[in-house]
Amino acid sequence: MSAVTLLILLMLLFSMLKLMPGSPFNDEKLTVQQIETMKEKYGLNDPVYIQYFRYVFNMCRGDFGVSYNISKNVPITELLKTRLPTSLRIGFQAVLIGSTIGLFLGIAAALRHNSIIDTIATVLSVLGVSLPSYVFALGLAYFVGFRLGWLPLLYSTENPFNSSIMPTISLAMFSLANIARFTRTEILEVMRSDYILLARSKGVSGLQLIIKHILRNALIPIITVLGPLFVNQMTGSLVVEKIFSIPGIGELMVRSIQSNDYNVTIVLSFVYSVMYIGIMLIVDLMYGVIDPRIRLSKEENHAQS
Amino acid sequence: MRNPKIDTNSLQSEAAVDLNNLPADAFELKHNDIHAHIDTNFASQNFWLDAYKRFVKNKGAVIGLLLIVVIIFFAVVGPWMTPYTYNQQTIQQQNLAPRIKGLEWLGFNGTESIITSSGVIEKNGYEANGWDDIYYWFGSDNLGRDIFTRVWEGTRISLLVALVAVTVDILFGLSYGLISGYFGGRADMIMQRIAELLNSIPNLVIVTLMILVMSPGLGAIIVAISLIGWIPMARIARAQMLKLKEQEYVLASRSLGASPLHLIFNTIMPNIIGQIITQTMFSIPSAIFTEAFLAFVGLGIPAPLASLGTMINDAYKFATTHTYMIIFPLMILSLLMLCCNLVADGLRDALDPQQKEM
Repeated sequence: MSAVTLLILLMLLFSMLKLMPGSPFNDEKLTVQQIETMKEKYGLNDPVYIQYFRYVFNMCRGDFGVSYNISKNVPITELLKTRLPTSLRIGFQAVLIGSTIGLFLGIAAALRHNSIIDTIATVLSVLGVSLPSYVFALGLAYFVGFRLGWLPLLYSTENPFNSSIMPTISLAMFSLANIARFTRTEILEVMRSDYILLARSKGVSGLQLIIKHILRNALIPIITVLGPLFVNQMTGSLVVEKIFSIPGIGELMVRSIQSNDYNVTIVLSFVYSVMYIGIMLIVDLMYGVIDPRIRLSKEENHAQS
Repeated sequence: MRNPKIDTNSLQSEAAVDLNNLPADAFELKHNDIHAHIDTNFASQNFWLDAYKRFVKNKGAVIGLLLIVVIIFFAVVGPWMTPYTYNQQTIQQQNLAPRIKGLEWLGFNGTESIITSSGVIEKNGYEANGWDDIYYWFGSDNLGRDIFTRVWEGTRISLLVALVAVTVDILFGLSYGLISGYFGGRADMIMQRIAELLNSIPNLVIVTLMILVMSPGLGAIIVAISLIGWIPMARIARAQMLKLKEQEYVLASRSLGASPLHLIFNTIMPNIIGQIITQTMFSIPSAIFTEAFLAFVGLGIPAPLASLGTMINDAYKFATTHTYMIIFPLMILSLLMLCCNLVADGLRDALDPQQKEM
């Protein structure tokens, strides 16, 4: 299923590429002759279906073509190699920090229902869910980075940790808010259930009750939101990478859009989609690990059919 | 309630009584006023009244709604409140800090402090040039345009986008989900595959590519937002339809000969109106966000038109020197999204108290 989706996606992206208005070769100094040579060189004069098959074939070999005008003739694979790790690292940091803090906040809020922690968690999650990540990014950049000067305003490769703190926090806010909110409602729900009453009356209490009985049951729905969160992180990363000028793929995407480097835009769209589909697949598989009921029912289905 | 009872004893003893011509006093009314109570605690209540009461109890939602009304009011009236228009440039009067007549003591006195490497500079562009009767309420931007007018002009764009999102949600998303869920089988299969395909591509990619293909502009933004906005609504409508279509009242309606369209839109839809309204409300902030996001990536509406997103994008270059330029559009955008979310939360709790927080 995922493979089919990818193929259809590739076809869509390719037709988009062909439909894009304008051309990357619109430097006025180029003569018609030169443009022809360029087109010949990049194989843009062949019939569309040949271009498509060549495109897919090259993609399968990991050759994404070259950038037209961001950095001329550099293979996009090279660009990805240097930029993807940075983006992935910051995105991963953000989701990790966001979901960990969110989880703890949610648990604390649920266990101390209607207390001050609960109120803080609610306010924080409403803010985090409603405000786009660049509001946090701009706020942090202005107050912490500029007025207080505690952290570097812009990302630098020499100091990758310190300069990635602010982007990470601003990206993490959304997942933090969502996870906290979700955890809280789920745990409240689970705590009302009969099996927790049973566990309690058997004498299970404290950490064991929370981790083994409450959390494990509450985690299933929480995993569902993780996938969409990752995706949201991607959207956020475009803007946040631009604000902190992080040399990642989000920043590259923005630049390629602004300078009509369609080849790069399309490849990055593809990369984003692949990551998205991959994450969804992983989330799907995680269900089985966390919830034995799903694993068992699936096996049953297979046995029947 | 007990029915007035015929005195059976007397009937039996006088078997000759003609049952068709009972005497007027054959029935005796047994008053049950003493036994019957009207349950005032659980008096039946109109659904909407009930929802209204629950909604009003939620302070955040009420405040959010009020603020939205205020924002809409200013979006309608705001651009006419100043002597400026959104694209009028007075290049001599560029980079002026906010100044409001009568509110000077609140800080709106046209003075700004610019932090530079050589220290803090206090600057008042109005006094330096002797402009005593010029007031830029939110300041003026780097091209000498009035930010107040532009902010509200931009809010109009955001609200327009929200309106489009709501319309598409209801006209397309809702019908799509309901029809897909009702008919099931092959129609459902195909419709769900299409939605799944759209759903398997990150929204930002779809939107970006759509706009690149169609060349940036308000029309392109609206098409792009319409293209992705309806999916959550369709999913919710389908899930609800699957749940409700096996219900007995639907079966009853069907056996009375109702057509599928009647069943879908007249029998089942009124029962999920709560979820529909809630979901519609949730689609507003996400549409506003998408527009602002596009503007920030550089695909917003072209100048001199302003949207909140493009204003933030432009002012962001001056964020460290002329902070007021970014503060107002950012604040309105944040408020708008926050309030929409608060109201949506409130509506969900009010209309559908059983549903879990999602």
